[in-house]
Amino acid sequence: MDLDKNKPGTASSRRRYVTTRRLDRIFVELANVYRFNARFFKEVWLPPYEFKEIIRQCYEIGVRSLPLISLTGFIIGIVFTNQSRPSLADFGATSLLPALISVAIIRAIGPLVTALIAAGRVGSAIGAELGSMRVTEQIDAMEVSATNPFKFLVVSRVLATTLMIPALTMFTTLVSLLGGYLNVHQNELTSLSVFFYQVFDAITFLDIIASSVKSVIFGYTIGMVGCYKGYNSSKGTEGVGKAANSSVVTAMFLIFIEELLIMQVINTIRAF
Amino acid sequence: MEAKEINPNIDRNEKVISIRGLKKAFDDFEVLKGVDLDLFKGENLVVLGRSGTGKSVLIKIISGLLQADEGSVNVLGREVGALKPRELDALRLKIGFSFQNSALYDSMTVRENLEFPLIRHAKHMTEAEREDTIQYVLEAVGLLQAINQMPSELSGGQRKRIGIARTLILKPDIMLYDEPTAGLDPITCIEINSLINEVQEKFNTSSIIITHDLTCARAVGDRIVMLLDGQFQREGTFDEVFESNDERVQSFYNYNFID
Ligand SMILES: Nc1ncnc2c1ncn2[C@@H]1O[C@H](COP(=O)(O)OP(=O)(O)OP(=O)(O)O)[C@@H](O)[C@H]1O
Ligand SMILES: [Mg+2]
Repeated sequence: MDLDKNKPGTASSRRRYVTTRRLDRIFVELANVYRFNARFFKEVWLPPYEFKEIIRQCYEIGVRSLPLISLTGFIIGIVFTNQSRPSLADFGATSLLPALISVAIIRAIGPLVTALIAAGRVGSAIGAELGSMRVTEQIDAMEVSATNPFKFLVVSRVLATTLMIPALTMFTTLVSLLGGYLNVHQNELTSLSVFFYQVFDAITFLDIIASSVKSVIFGYTIGMVGCYKGYNSSKGTEGVGKAANSSVVTAMFLIFIEELLIMQVINTIRAF
Repeated sequence: MEAKEINPNIDRNEKVISIRGLKKAFDDFEVLKGVDLDLFKGENLVVLGRSGTGKSVLIKIISGLLQADEGSVNVLGREVGALKPRELDALRLKIGFSFQNSALYDSMTVRENLEFPLIRHAKHMTEAEREDTIQYVLEAVGLLQAINQMPSELSGGQRKRIGIARTLILKPDIMLYDEPTAGLDPITCIEINSLINEVQEKFNTSSIIITHDLTCARAVGDRIVMLLDGQFQREGTFDEVFESNDERVQSFYNYNFID
């Protein structure tokens, strides 16, 4: 027992750090992140299921992102094709353009660009929304009305991003390829059927699986980071801004790390 | 404003909330230092105290939003700190919590706000019954016309009333009001005060009303306790509490009534 609790100056003695203060905080944060993720995987299976909210979020995240994603994907397709042409032309190999575009867009650019745009658009929105709900005690209000706010807010959003980012990725990839086709058609007069024959000839089944798995992981990351930051936002309007901002920064950072790791894994598998 | 006539229906033999030796600290900062409190059935209990004395913390502990460090918190015969999540949820359905800043779900209309607890906890209700219930509580708080509005379109006082309606909708046994009149004009305050008294009569609830507004305290309180330095120092009717020569009590009184 701490006998001199009421004496001034004993404050620091009640708070002990296992390592240093800062290191302790990092460990605590990591433990919290782990618990938050574990809670998701536990609660996602348990009823009641908030179907209505999941569908609303899917619409919000998927459909509402379409215009931005389409435009960006299309432009990237054109620009990437156009910028790659000179290096191939040096070897007189412009006929390989469709294959190059195919590999680059399906393996890397499609999933990555979609994820980064979604992190910016969707991740920050989730962070800000949950952050402001935390600050204005709406999350507490749900809890005292015996509704599980984690299930209603977090599970629905993470599920929605995990489902919708792969769908958006497929769409972006397609639109980017179309952009690439347009550019190739203009310059090399390649027909649509020949273009897409070369595109699909250049990739394997493994590429498609890998990209799908990757975009599922990206989607989960975006939803999870936004929810974690928002749900645990500090009080005050400043906390909301911080939650939105760090949702984007953290999600983008993690997406690049994941991209790197997954690339290694795929290369290992491909080697077999 | 006249002091309230003490509700004759209070049952002094039945405690709906009983707190003993409650302590709560945040890091090194002790907020509650051994709080004892009883709430009797049918009673309106006012908790007075200056800003930052831990009034909100107290009712958050009662509803299980925060964990006590020490002491026992017994609500409707159950120890709040020892309940499993499912039991805690069952208990929470009997407690209405009206938040300091209303905490309306701002992405939903007023109707959806009120439907939210109903859909989840009154599953037996048909859509028509739900609609009736919503209209009934909205009428009780006098805001039927706001049913299709968004919270952002309402004034502070209207939001408070919708917040109270949302907690009333599941017919709780206990109401916890966190500063129901803070930041409202005097006339709206009087309206909210009479709403609190009406709720007590109509719904037969026992309530804890947190406030630092003495007009409100006098108008709604059957009994008043004062939180000073993390403990309840004064207890009784309004006049009994302020008979004290304690400087802190007097300055509280003067601050409210001399201007
Ligand atoms: N979640 C929390 N984490 C850390 N400190 C907290 C937390 N909640 C409350 N506190 C601290 O506890 C003290 C009491 O807070 P509380 O909100 O209960 O005050 P209050 O009596 O309701 O004041 P007001 O009249 O301004 O609402 C404050 O000093 C606050 O800083
Ligand atoms: Mg408060």
